[in-house]
Amino acid sequence: MLNLEYMWGLLPVLLRYLPLTLQMATIAMIFALILACLLAVVRVSKVPVLNGFSLLFISFFRGTPLLVQLFLFYYGLPQLISSLIAITGVTAAVLGLTLHFSAYMAESIRAAIVGIDRSQTEAALSIGMTQSQLMRRIILPQATRVATPTLMNYFIDMIKATSLAFTLGVTELMGATQKEAAGSFLYLEAFLLVALIYWAVVEVLSWGQRRLEIYLNKAYQR
Amino acid sequence: MISLQGITKRFSGHTVFKDIDLSLSQGEIIVIIGPSGTGKSTLLRCINFLERPDAGRLQVGDLSVDTQRASRADILALRRRTAFVFQNYGLFANKTALENISEGMIVVDKLPKAQAHMRAREILERIGLADKADAYPASLSGGQQQRVGIGRAMAANADVILFDEPTSSLDPQWVEEVLSLMKQLAVERQTMIVVTHEMQFAREVADRVVFMDEGGIVEQAPPEELFTAPKDERTRHFLRKILAPTGQAVP
Repeated sequence: MLNLEYMWGLLPVLLRYLPLTLQMATIAMIFALILACLLAVVRVSKVPVLNGFSLLFISFFRGTPLLVQLFLFYYGLPQLISSLIAITGVTAAVLGLTLHFSAYMAESIRAAIVGIDRSQTEAALSIGMTQSQLMRRIILPQATRVATPTLMNYFIDMIKATSLAFTLGVTELMGATQKEAAGSFLYLEAFLLVALIYWAVVEVLSWGQRRLEIYLNKAYQR
Repeated sequence: MISLQGITKRFSGHTVFKDIDLSLSQGEIIVIIGPSGTGKSTLLRCINFLERPDAGRLQVGDLSVDTQRASRADILALRRRTAFVFQNYGLFANKTALENISEGMIVVDKLPKAQAHMRAREILERIGLADKADAYPASLSGGQQQRVGIGRAMAANADVILFDEPTSSLDPQWVEEVLSLMKQLAVERQTMIVVTHEMQFAREVADRVVFMDEGGIVEQAPPEELFTAPKDERTRHFLRKILAPTGQAVP
């Protein structure tokens, strides 16, 4: 049977590591969003040279496992650039998550941009708006609405993916659980508890996602 | 004063029209008619540089542009002097009626927001949609959306407003309110070029009707002349085909 008393006692211990998990995910999400927007705009506007670079970037980071990328940044890169020897596990994890997820997110943002009907672009240009005004004021706000559900899914995915940071020696939620379980031998209880914590966090976010979508759809009610 | 000289447009080797000359004076209202696919809309889009002409010269007010050599600045300057009304409205879906009208004034003309909103409210008043200032396009009828589209063009304070089949995608019940707004603009002597299939509107409002066919201007004349005594056989043929079913007088 489950040792519920042990789980109850473990809960506050593990929750102390939740902020680090959320911080890593939030910081990586912010950087990934910025990078993904840039990649998407470069792809849509077909900026010479940069477009080719974006394609290669997206192809590589979508085409290789996240764990491989994390190991590359943490264990591999310092060998090449000696100043990176001091890279912490947290930094490497944030970097890896940022690049990995930005590649996926760039494609959803690109699809959202392309999906906005062409007549609005023409209308904006016809009144003398520049390409960048068109992007900032008309296209991106609408693309945000279209892409939000997908981007929130990536954020949820990212929170769960932070657990891979434990393989870089970071004691975040998953790393802490691993250590506790190894000490008590109560693996089932420990991992079940951490699963419930991740689940609860994701549920809260899903609720937030629904609220956000209602807000963003305000302009489209008939 | 607006003039087109030798405007030519090709799409992947196929010539849409060649060497088009057309000029109109301030306050003049021109209606372009003709069969579908003869480049009427493309010609209109060339004036606003939504399509880049392959040759020719465009003059709007004091601005004269060699279309082959037009720089980005030329194009922006040209667009500020020409406003466009689209067949399918092209309203910004993320902006209210008021914002659709004020957007260009704020972003392009750099007016302070409060002033732009004030002017936009005046325009909403003129287009009869003062009560819809805060409505988003999705909640407006087709006719209301197109009136906002016209309001946005009015806000640009351009030398000429170009109308590309403004009533063609409207349900029949909304056509009249859009046409009557256009007539109101005509009374105010707003310079405009209108591509349309509304022959009654052309008769009533146009100073000059231009008939286009097969990539060229076949003839142009005041409506009473063109509709009753067209010179070219192609014009006669077209008018007969389009007017007979509506019970209007046929040349």
